[in-house]
Amino acid sequence: MDWFGFLFLIEVTIGGLLSGVMYALVAIGFVLIYKTSGVLNFAQGAMVLFAALTFVSLVEAGVPFFLALIISAAIMVALGFAIERTVLRPLANRSPMTLFMATLGLSYIIEGAAQIIWGTEVHRLDLGISNAPFQIAGVFISTFDLVAAGIAGVLVASLTAFFRWTRTGLAFRAVADDQFAALAVGLRLDRTWATVWAAAGIVALVAGLLWGARLGVQFSLSLIVLKALPVLVLGGFDSVLGAIVAGLAIGAAEKLAEVYLGPFVGGGIEGWFAYVVALLVLLVRPSGLFGQKLVERF
Amino acid sequence: MTSAVLRRIAPARPVLNTLHPTTLLPAYALALSRISLSFGGIKALREVSFQVAPGEIRAVIGPNGAGKSSVLNVISGLYQADSGSLVLGAQVFEHVPPQALAGLGVARTFQNLALFPSLSVAANIAAGLTFQRKAWSIAQVFRLPNARAENRAIADQVAEIAARLDLTAHLDRTVSTLSYGLQKRVELARALVARPKLLLLDEPMAGMTATEKAEMAGYIRAARDSTGLSVILIEHDIGVVMGLSDRVAVLDYGAKIADGTPAEVQRDPSVIRAYLGQEAA
Amino acid sequence: MSTLADTRLHSPNLLRHTPLATFLLIAFIAIPALASPYVIEAILLPFLALALAGVGLNLLTGYGGQVSLGSAAFMAVGAFAAYNIQLRLNLPLPLTILLSALTAATVGLIFGLPSLRLRGFYLAVSTLAAQFFVQWALTKFGWFSNYSPSGVISAPGMTLLGYSLDSTTARYLLALTLVTLLTLGVWAFTAGPLGNDLIAIRDNETAAQIIGVPVLKTKLVAFALSSAIIGVAGFLWAFTYLRTIEPAGFDLDRSFDVLFIIIIGGLATLRGAFLGAGLIVVFPLLLSRLSAMAFGGMIDSGVLELVQRIILGTLIIAFLIAEPNGLAAILTRVKRRFARNTL
Ligand SMILES: Nc1ncnc2c1ncn2[C@@H]1O[C@H](COP(=O)(O)OP(=O)(O)OP(=O)(O)O)[C@@H](O)[C@H]1O
Ligand SMILES: [Mg+2]
Repeated sequence: MDWFGFLFLIEVTIGGLLSGVMYALVAIGFVLIYKTSGVLNFAQGAMVLFAALTFVSLVEAGVPFFLALIISAAIMVALGFAIERTVLRPLANRSPMTLFMATLGLSYIIEGAAQIIWGTEVHRLDLGISNAPFQIAGVFISTFDLVAAGIAGVLVASLTAFFRWTRTGLAFRAVADDQFAALAVGLRLDRTWATVWAAAGIVALVAGLLWGARLGVQFSLSLIVLKALPVLVLGGFDSVLGAIVAGLAIGAAEKLAEVYLGPFVGGGIEGWFAYVVALLVLLVRPSGLFGQKLVERF
Repeated sequence: MTSAVLRRIAPARPVLNTLHPTTLLPAYALALSRISLSFGGIKALREVSFQVAPGEIRAVIGPNGAGKSSVLNVISGLYQADSGSLVLGAQVFEHVPPQALAGLGVARTFQNLALFPSLSVAANIAAGLTFQRKAWSIAQVFRLPNARAENRAIADQVAEIAARLDLTAHLDRTVSTLSYGLQKRVELARALVARPKLLLLDEPMAGMTATEKAEMAGYIRAARDSTGLSVILIEHDIGVVMGLSDRVAVLDYGAKIADGTPAEVQRDPSVIRAYLGQEAA
Repeated sequence: MSTLADTRLHSPNLLRHTPLATFLLIAFIAIPALASPYVIEAILLPFLALALAGVGLNLLTGYGGQVSLGSAAFMAVGAFAAYNIQLRLNLPLPLTILLSALTAATVGLIFGLPSLRLRGFYLAVSTLAAQFFVQWALTKFGWFSNYSPSGVISAPGMTLLGYSLDSTTARYLLALTLVTLLTLGVWAFTAGPLGNDLIAIRDNETAAQIIGVPVLKTKLVAFALSSAIIGVAGFLWAFTYLRTIEPAGFDLDRSFDVLFIIIIGGLATLRGAFLGAGLIVVFPLLLSRLSAMAFGGMIDSGVLELVQRIILGTLIIAFLIAEPNGLAAILTRVKRRFARNTL
């Protein structure tokens, strides 16, 4: 491989890693909910769409940027609480599969509602981040992706701080470790769940803004749930670290495969490539790279 | 796919050491040899060895968390021992493939019921005979004569075991609608229906009334007397253990601290200490 | 002494409780004679195809407890296999259908392999791999659609023993016959010991394994059989209902439709698949009729589709919360009350 080929390889890898951050960003929303309630929330993608549409519509209606951000965040928090109240609480103590299927229904409702309320057109979203690539040592890197990665980093750091140092956060961890023990010491499960769904709503907002700025705010945003699932499977459903590492790995692998493998099979492999990678890893490690490996008790 | 390597190792040195060399194969229905097992930092079993003679009811007792269930789980292949081996019939295993267990003549019940709640009592018991079924799936779907004959034979065996355990009246009921005590009995029936040579019972009488316990003890003894099977019985009720078992092994913190007849074990100072220590805690 | 076959409380009660003969008489004789072509084309044909897909998925998800999000992929395999077999081998129709079912079974078996190691959500997500991979392959490789420039192919005509099956009634009867036969087959499967094996594994896999239920074999058989049936459903969808074949018609939404059919209809009942399919097919038609009546066409079809999505989602959640056993359970209850009142 010549020097330019090598530089190109680096460039593709970095581009892949950065878009991997974006995958991880969506996946983290899943992990939050999975850790506390054991639910795989299929509606996370719909929440991303809803959040982004809300924000964009507010901005287009003339609401100042920061106010729109706060209002959208508040709406997402309210949505989280509403979901806990109307869907999760009546389904408490039911099997995780039942809850999963309920989130499928939820995703239909949220997607439908988002588009009925805010319309189905594609909205442009400008976060004021430059799209121009810059160059380091001959390698082009997208400014936007770098900033997005930074924002994702801040988000992860603040979530970590929240769960390590605040009361609610500690309750969350207690529930994640052992629901029964948490109940026994008087933690309110419903409150913790509502908080976690609200937090997942905020994560969805951040993901929605960044993805929306990239792709335009439109229905297909909710499909990023499909990008996040293999990331989750690979990283293990219950690990934030796993989501990040797997996001990076899948981002890079996908870009590399697209560039170097795609031409041989006619391209368009990004729809399933991540799934196949995740599946292959699963066959070796059935609970993902970082998932807790529990020996069942009998 | 079946990585179930049914390893037939020639009896290695350590096994021979702990067993009586001349009577190795016929003497025991089961022999554990220096089985150790750990979960992360927890040592669930420490070099546990003991033997079960044919036709013997062998109790395993010990305080909570002593490792009793772990012993059964190692025997049935659900847990993989870190070291040690076990002799089942004429075969030596480091790890018993769980899917081969029934074929080896071993049946078990679980500490927390492991029935199929949405199936009927009859279907639950019949499941214990699944491994003996020979008719092809296609014969079952088209109800060919051989499949029907097989199903009839199975139904007869189910009826017979149900009669012995006084479950006949409940055969058609869905298991999830039964009382806890009855469910425990169904699980025993499912284990007994294939006439195993070795029966592993993990607290079969937990949570039962005194009457129910006596009934259960009766069923277990009757099964042993009529078929000559060996039983490993885990039980917390010392009264039941003393009345039912031929020999008792005592575990504490994963190690065997005593082994002998019920009377011997009852007098053993280390046993008394283990139990008193727990009560004081 | 009762025999095993009639001591099963959870067997599908198709034969015992519905006056099946009457039902079949109506379906085979009265409907072709009386129903309008519109009813058959717009309601009964999609209903039959989706009901069969529901029956197939129920085998895997209802009885086997393995959630699959890739049903539409196997429908696509069935449809495209039938197209290519007819195009290239020119076999008699029954053989074509049988071979396409086998093709779907084979693909199902391959994507079912992970089920031997994976459980729960990991498995559910892995079925998405089937969904995306199959759709991609069918779109990408022109051979599958005989290099049709648009990717949409019209289904070739069908003949049986020299008779053309292209009339509405003939297609309806073909679909009805296949659905009846396959449903009876699935009933025979689930009502026997094999169905119990499946349920046992669903209820408690470890216990099933310990007592010697052949877990691996049963899971693979369930995957293969379920995929084969869903494959035939795909054939019906393409050849008797739409009469066109395109990968986009078998997308993730279609997979969800099939899953929703069995959730709403009732898991692990065969009747449920039919009830659920009826609802999924009729409800959008009803909704657009209603809105046309109430608002006189003022609501555009895009919005109507969104409303439909919302209602469908709400129905799913409502059923999961209030009646996890679905329409089948409601039907049983209604019948019981009716019987009591008429006594
Ligand atoms: N699957 C597992 N994962 C982690 N630790 C385990 C597991 N199974 C058992 N242990 C640990 O191993 C030790 C022995 O457990 P075991 O269940 O064998 O005890 P036991 O004697 O059956 O107790 P009990 O009377 O409460 O049933 C305990 O400390 C337990 O916490
Ligand atoms: Mg125990």
